[in-house]
Amino acid sequence: MALLTKKDTSLILDPLADNNPITIQVLGICSALAITAELEASIVMAISVIFVMGLGNVVISLMRDIIPSKIRIIVQLIVVATLVIIVDQVLKAYAYELSKTLGAFIGLIITNCIIMGRFEAFALANGPWKSFLDGIGNALGYGVILIIVGFFRELLGSGTLLGYPVLGDPIMKTGLFATGYENNGFMILPPAALIVVGILIWVQRSKNPALIEDN
Amino acid sequence: MSIKSTLHELKMKYQGQKMAPAFNAFHTFLFAPNETTHSGSHVRGADDLKRTMNTVIMALVPILVFSMFNAGYQYYSALNGFPENFSVLEHFITWDNFWIGIIKVLPLVVVSYGIGLLVEFIFAVIKGHEVEEGYLVTGMLVPLIVPVDTPLWMLAVAVVFGVVIGKEVFGGTGMNILNPALTIRAFLFFAYPTWMSGDKVWVYEARERSEQILAGADNVDAISGETILGYLAQNNEAAMSAKYSISDMFFGFVPGSVGETSAFLCLLGGSFLIFSKIASWRIMVSAVIGALVMGLIFNQVVELGWIGETNKFYGLMSFDFWKHLIVGGLAFGIVYMATDPVTGSQTNKGKWIYGFFIGFIAIMIRVFNPAYPEGVFLAILLMNVFAPTIDHYVIQGNVKQRMKRLKNAVVLPRDSESAAKELKAETV
Repeated sequence: MALLTKKDTSLILDPLADNNPITIQVLGICSALAITAELEASIVMAISVIFVMGLGNVVISLMRDIIPSKIRIIVQLIVVATLVIIVDQVLKAYAYELSKTLGAFIGLIITNCIIMGRFEAFALANGPWKSFLDGIGNALGYGVILIIVGFFRELLGSGTLLGYPVLGDPIMKTGLFATGYENNGFMILPPAALIVVGILIWVQRSKNPALIEDN
Repeated sequence: MSIKSTLHELKMKYQGQKMAPAFNAFHTFLFAPNETTHSGSHVRGADDLKRTMNTVIMALVPILVFSMFNAGYQYYSALNGFPENFSVLEHFITWDNFWIGIIKVLPLVVVSYGIGLLVEFIFAVIKGHEVEEGYLVTGMLVPLIVPVDTPLWMLAVAVVFGVVIGKEVFGGTGMNILNPALTIRAFLFFAYPTWMSGDKVWVYEARERSEQILAGADNVDAISGETILGYLAQNNEAAMSAKYSISDMFFGFVPGSVGETSAFLCLLGGSFLIFSKIASWRIMVSAVIGALVMGLIFNQVVELGWIGETNKFYGLMSFDFWKHLIVGGLAFGIVYMATDPVTGSQTNKGKWIYGFFIGFIAIMIRVFNPAYPEGVFLAILLMNVFAPTIDHYVIQGNVKQRMKRLKNAVVLPRDSESAAKELKAETV
């Protein structure tokens, strides 16, 4: 038996494109707007969510038969909060500057709608292996969008990528800046993320008309 | 064979092809279209979209010409000092001034139209519909509301953004929520703030010269042109009134965005638009009232002594309320932007509310945001967003009133209750 059956693969790959949590289900927008001004923060956020969601889904899936359904939200919150605190502490210990940039948003992973949504919709009804794949898949779908948005916002807004000045130095006027190019201050503001996400949704839907709801 | 019939034949021949919309756009630009509606009853009106747009452009042409002279006038005045015994013919309408207009203002117009229409054409070809006339007015408004030294590539980027994100994503002309010209202005302001505010952007070459001086050139004279609102935001009314008289402000011989300075020409253009019934007088009047009310409130605050002269808002708050109308972009915004029929309110009562808040909020932003002492474009964009809501409640209010009237109506002697029910069902 192969490690991943066809169904397993689709659990991971579907959320990357045609069932993407951000562009199709429009979940988890708040953090996508808030922390994508820099690519590095986007990547760290993506990794944190992958960790929390993969493990969280497994834990909830293992406990799914013993959680009383009346208090399941509380149990879910405790699981996700525990994982988030681990991530937060690790970041504070090994990447303090970055953890300051991300600020409250690591803590707010707890309230990320994608995570609660997958717990409710998938982990409570499926086995641990499938839940793990589903968690990883959805977190990857979330992370991919975050990284794309972060890429464009940092490149156009600050002229850098991961802090490295790819377009030249805006003060010394080197590289592209020598020709009169200027950083686009709008891209650093949160509304720019909304517009970039909107453009992604637009591109995705015009490539795949099946995604367009009829109304 | 005349050009007209050749074009008609070409149009028929290539109907339904990919580039047909682009061809048809040129065709209808030159001649009246040769097709009519095939079925249904229809009224033939002379005031189609193209004519509406052309009327607005006609109202804008005097402002464009004025602004070309003003670009030069501000430049030479900043360089040599304002002329004593200023006379319009001698100091304003000169070739030197006009030349600065040609090299600085005309390129803005060309880029705005060129890039904007290119985007419109591309979208028309992709979507396979006719090219819409909506950009004709926007393309003329955009160069008039940016500083004269705006780099052309920035304008081009902003135009692409404004047309695509401000208009095309909503479905093109007539479907947009926000005024595209103001979307372009807002994009420029937030994307490149150093090019859109301060005292170095309103006069040709001011920024370039200051950069050269910073770089160590000592044979260059620094020039700057602070706007009137800029002076007031720095609590420097004395310097402002020494430099500009009330008539300067009214006729527009002051620095500012390319075409926004002349309240007089906006008044003329506005009257023309009201006379030709293109723009709503309700919006214009109520916006003026709104601005005056807010100005009066601030004047009153100063009079009551609630804020002292050292307060950072003092300069703008103590500015006479009626003077707010003739400085900055308020007049231009009210006449040409707020009255946009697509993004404004549609109902008559709604227009009063919509206009009032534009004036009211514009002055409020002006006073409370000294970092950027002009808030007209933000006020209009904000009210654009609320216009459909205002309309909704006006219509609901009207429905409610009629229902009430219906309930109280004395119904015929027959079986009154069932008759009332029937009547109600019909009206609703």
